[in-house]
Parts: sequence; C-alpha cells; structure tokens
Amino acid sequence: MNKAENTTNGSIRTVDLVQKGLARRYKAEKRFRWMGLCAISFSLLCLATLFISIFGSGYSAFQQTVIELDIVLDPSGLNPNNLSGADFNGLVKTSLYNMFPEVKDRGEKKKLLSLLSSGAAYKLTDFVKAHPDRIGQTLSLWVPADDDVDMLMKGHIDRNLPEMERRLNDQQISWIEALEEQGKIRKKFNTTFFTAGDSREPELAGIWGATCGSFYTLVITLVLSFPIGVAAAVYLEEFAPKNRFTDIIEVNINNLAAVPSIVFGLLGLAVFLNFFELPRSSSLVGGLVLTLMTLPTIIIAGRAALKSVPPSIREAALGVGASKTQMVAHHVLPLAMPGMLTGTIIGMARALGETAPLLMIGMVAFIVDIPGGFTDPSTALPVQIFLWADSPERGFMEKTSAAIMVLLVFLVIMNSAAVYLRKKYEKRW
Amino acid sequence: MKKLLLNVLALMFIAGVGNVAAESRDYISIVGSSTVYPFSTVVAENFGKTTKFKTPKIESTGSGGGHKLFGAGVGVQHPDITNSSRRIKKSEVETAMKNGINEIVEIKIGYDGIVIANSKKAKQFNLTRKDLFLALAAKVPNPDGTPTVVPNPYKTWKDVNPELPDMAIEVLGPPPTSGTRDAFVELVMETGGKKFEFIKAMEKADEKQFKSICHMVREDGPYIEAGENDNLIVQKLDANPNALGIFGFSFLDQNADKLQGSVVEGVTPVFEAIADGSYPVSRPLFFYVKKAHVDQIPGIREYLKEFTSEKAWGEEGYLTDKGLIPMPAAERKKYSDIANNLTPLKASDL
Repeated sequence: MNKAENTTNGSIRTVDLVQKGLARRYKAEKRFRWMGLCAISFSLLCLATLFISIFGSGYSAFQQTVIELDIVLDPSGLNPNNLSGADFNGLVKTSLYNMFPEVKDRGEKKKLLSLLSSGAAYKLTDFVKAHPDRIGQTLSLWVPADDDVDMLMKGHIDRNLPEMERRLNDQQISWIEALEEQGKIRKKFNTTFFTAGDSREPELAGIWGATCGSFYTLVITLVLSFPIGVAAAVYLEEFAPKNRFTDIIEVNINNLAAVPSIVFGLLGLAVFLNFFELPRSSSLVGGLVLTLMTLPTIIIAGRAALKSVPPSIREAALGVGASKTQMVAHHVLPLAMPGMLTGTIIGMARALGETAPLLMIGMVAFIVDIPGGFTDPSTALPVQIFLWADSPERGFMEKTSAAIMVLLVFLVIMNSAAVYLRKKYEKRW
Repeated sequence: MKKLLLNVLALMFIAGVGNVAAESRDYISIVGSSTVYPFSTVVAENFGKTTKFKTPKIESTGSGGGHKLFGAGVGVQHPDITNSSRRIKKSEVETAMKNGINEIVEIKIGYDGIVIANSKKAKQFNLTRKDLFLALAAKVPNPDGTPTVVPNPYKTWKDVNPELPDMAIEVLGPPPTSGTRDAFVELVMETGGKKFEFIKAMEKADEKQFKSICHMVREDGPYIEAGENDNLIVQKLDANPNALGIFGFSFLDQNADKLQGSVVEGVTPVFEAIADGSYPVSRPLFFYVKKAHVDQIPGIREYLKEFTSEKAWGEEGYLTDKGLIPMPAAERKKYSDIANNLTPLKASDL
C-alpha cells in the first residue's frame, strides 16, 4: 500500500500521496495534542501552587490564641447602672498580676501585660454588660492574646533565635511556657475573624465590615445593572434600527467592556462625588461605579443570548397574532434569560473582585465600624486584603491569606452557579 | 418565582436605604500620608472604642494627594484632617485660602526614622550620606574632580567608596509619589550632594540645576522602585541578601529578626538614636486640621485630645509601641497646647 503505483501516464495517484504523508500528519497531530496537554497541566500546576501557597499561609489565621484569666468582679468598682465608666482594664491587669505574683518590677509588669491583647478589656466589658448578675463573683474568661504571642504559638516566631532579634524576650517566653503547663493558654477557632471589622491589632481584625460593604455594593450593582443591561440589550437587538448610529453604539459598548477599571473610578469621582456630591466612601457610590463597569458585560452577553433564539420562534409568535412587543417580552426574552443570567453572574463576580475603581472614590480606607446602610462609609473585601497586605505586623500576613481564601470561595461559588445555571437551562435548538 | 425574587431584591434594597443621606456627616474624615496612616489608625480605633463617637474613616492617599483633597474647600464632602509626612507647602496654604479655608491648625506628632536596611544574612553596611548620594543620584560630580556633573557611572559600592564591599549597587526604594521618597531625597541626597562645594554653591545660585542633581534618582537599574508596599520590600530583602531597602523605622522594628539597619555616619538606627536626634535620617510627621470643621463634625476636639494625650504619643505610649519616635517633652507640651486652643498656622511659620 505504501508503494506508489504508477498510472498509465506515469503520474502518482492522489491517494498514494496522501498515504505517504499520513504517518507525518498523525505524528504532527499527536505532538499538537501533547503540547495542549502540557499547557493545561502547566496551568493546573500553577493554579495548584497558588492555592497551596495561599492555603498554607492562611489556614493558621482561623485559629486564635486565647489566655484564661480568673477575674474577680469586685462590686465596689462596678456600678450596674454605669458600667461604661468602670475600670475593666484595671480588673484584667489585677488578675494577670495575681497569676504571676513574683513579678514586681514596673518594666517587667509592662512586659507581662503586653502578653494580652488590648481587646481583653473590651471582651470583659461586653461580658459584664451582658451578665450583670455575675458581679461579685469570680469569673473565668478566655481573652485574646497579643499578636506576638499568637505568632509564637503558631510557630511563626523562632524560639531559638537570640533574644535581641525576637519580638518576645526570654522572660515572656518563660511566662508563656508556664501558662502552657497550667493549661491556661490554647488556640481556639477564630470567630473574631468573621464577626469583627478592621483593626490595627491583628488579633482583633476581621472581615465582617468588608463583607458587609461588598454585599451592599453588589446589591446596588445588581439592582441597577441587571434591568438597565437587559433592557438595553433587548432594545439594541430587537427594536433599534440598523444604521450607522447604532453601529457606533455597539462599537463603544464593546470598547467599554475592555476599558481599565480605574477609569470608571475617575468617572465616579468626577460625576458622583464632585458633581452630585454623594457621600464619599459609601457603598452607594461604589455600587454606581461598579454598575457602569458591569453594564457592558451584561449588554454584550444579553445580545448574544437574544441572537441565539432562533427566528422560527419569533416568526411563529408573530404568525399567531402577537405584536412585536408581546413577541419579545413573552417569547424571546424568557428563552434568552439563562444566557443573560450567566452573563450577569460573571459580571457580578468580576465586580466583587475589583479594587481599582473603588480607590478613586475613597473606599480604600481604614473603616472600623460595620456599615449599616448604603450611605455609611464602607470598604470591600479585595480592598481589605490590599490594606492588610500593606501592614507591617507579622500577624496580618496570615490574615491576608485567609481573607484571600474567603474571597476565592465566594468567587468560586458565584462562577459555579453561573456554570450550573447555564448547563441546566441550556436549550439546544 | 419571579415575583418572589423581585420582592426579595426590593427588600434588600430598602434595608440598605434605611440609613439614607445625612446632609451632615457624623464621622471624622481623614486623608493623607501612608507613613502617618499606621499611627492615626491606632488613635482612631482607640478613640472609637473609648468614646461614644464613630470611628474616624482614614484613607491613605499619600501626603501630596492628601493636601490636594484637604485644600479643595470647606464642607461635609471635604476631609477634616490630613496627615502629612512633610510640612505643608506655602503654595498649598495659598490654594486652601483661595478655596475658603482660612484657618489650618498644624500639629506635629513625632518623628519617623528612614532606614537603609538589608538582610541579616549579609554584612551590615557602614554608609555616609555622601556615599548614598553618589550611589543613587542620576547625575554625580565627575570622578576626575572638575566641577561638572556626569550621568552616574558607579556600578558597585566599592566604586563609590573603597571601604565599602565590592557588590553591585541594588537598592529597593519608594516611588516618586511617596512622602518617604521626598524625605529621603531631602535628608540624604541633598546633604550628600552639598558635601561637594560646587553643588553647595549651586543651591543659592542655580536652584533648578541644584534640584536636578540632588532630587533626581538614577533610573538605569541600581535603584528599583518597589512601590508603596513596604512588606514586599521586606520579603525581597529576605530573598536577596545583596540588596538594600529604604523604608520607615516601624517596618525595621517589626522585622528585627530578619533585617538590620545600616549604620549611617556612625549611628545605628535604633529607637534611642532616632529619638535624641543623633541618627541623621529622621523627619517629623504632622497632621493638619480645618478649624472651620471643628464644631460642625462631632468628635474632632476629642480626637485631637486622644492623639495629643501622653498615653498615645508619650514615651511609653501606644504609638511608640507601633514605631513612632516621640518628641521631647517640651515639644509635646507645645503641640498639645496648640491642639487644645486650636491655634491656627501662620503663613510666616512656613
């Protein structure tokens, strides 16, 4: 079969030429498949490295070192009607000094006190305010430890380094070891991370403020961009006359989908903050800016979805007597909705991860209080990650990775929802 | 199903709108330097926790950006306080006056040291400001001794000063937008340049030429702009023992197990040396308050009181724990009085 057979006039048959080249073509195809496989494996490897490194540096943030204190709630200092004025810090100090009665020197006492977080007094305040009936009793309370102690317990500070190079000196480490022996120091699940707002102390910092801010911002983005985007797509696809003007609009929308997001931030600064004088750093302005950014994506996805509805449906509707509006609203739009939804969810997922446009409108800020509404100053989850990555304290490094993990979980959920919806409602014509 | 979805969305919207537009702000709005940011955020958080006022909102925009926002006018949409790692310029005060801000209160909060650090795995450097100028300026005096300048030819530290090691010059530092860069240029490059007589004479004679020699940092490779993220510089120094990094003292303090500061003109960058002024590369930090906003926005007086209290900025204060170098007691008293009386800045002070 591989031998060329001459035809009567001496030229080689086409099929033989093809046969000769077949082995080379198979080899080329094999090489191509193999290269594709390598490329995908490499990218999966990079992805795995990313996840492993983030998980590796972040998982320890879900634990917080706590120290047990036996606090005597002396009723003489605590007036149930005026608890805010009481000296809870003093109560905390006294109980700690009682645990180590050999510490007398003022400098040493300060070092001992620095083992506890500044949030210990606030934890006691909240507990006593919630349980005023416990005044007069001795209370066993687990309070957060300082971030240096936390880093030591998690192994991020090397105990074997010379004393000068450590954040905790030998005496402090000996106290911590004494607490370990007594069972008064341990690591527990870090609920503060999920319930607290931002803080300068790593052990008191949490993502709840940023999560609420992201939530409010995305609500505004969804409520504004979805109806406007769908309506614009329907108009441009079904009702707009096909002339030069609409061509220019289409080109502009496609361009806007690719414009760097910080440009939308500048627009937001100029129009929403300077002209309309909306409150700076509020999730309202953040939502408006992200709406502008997401609209092109939704319009383009919407138009593609509308285009994919076959003309037979439209003509059938018109044929049984529906008007154009009825045809679009009752027949075409419901069938195109899954595609539009997918585009919207992908647009939302992108908006969740955006930081640059929020920078110009002031959402990159240190905001401790949890936002209560759309006009309260707030920050967003990716912004929180950015701010923490910039802080010098060692404790923030693991918190940054943990916050990245939380953000990735949200993004994976949203994108999976998009894929699921698309698969479920996909109609093959 | 659709109706349910719409109703849920509407409810979420209304829940948020419950807190609609206060024409007046009830929290303090602060912008400004990224160097002062770590200190003002600690004070703000303490202020928010211990008083009934809302925690101030603090943005890190850089000193220059902060002054621009601050000077834009009076009103709730403009910030009340701006942090600054350099003194306000006369031009900025004039712009503020043009926009209706007549009285600005200047409060110095302490000092910050700028360190030139490298990894503990390498040998500690012993530098002078003249060495740094020769290593990092874009234009340096001609090595042949004539009073002219040439593009920087030095490639290793040994070229600059025979006593320094024979290593390629590799310095990671702040970008031009950073106040730290402005301070480094003013404290190190200018002083180093003025060690040459002809450059010193140029300061009065030809200011533009003087600035182009002393303020421009080389861009041919040895100086690498490492962005505003000082944590990144710390990580890079840990990975590359041959490199040096320029950043604030608080970062060195927090990473003393990995990094060491270079000795500058015989002084090691430790807390005591920066506090008593013997370490030459240190600069004061400020914040500026709009007097017009003080009684309109609740809490400004109390915030100033918290910032200027001994438990915050004193020698044993919590700001000192964060790496701020406190002022001497007399200076603290002076600024504490200014804060209590809201004495405005006079243009003649600048």
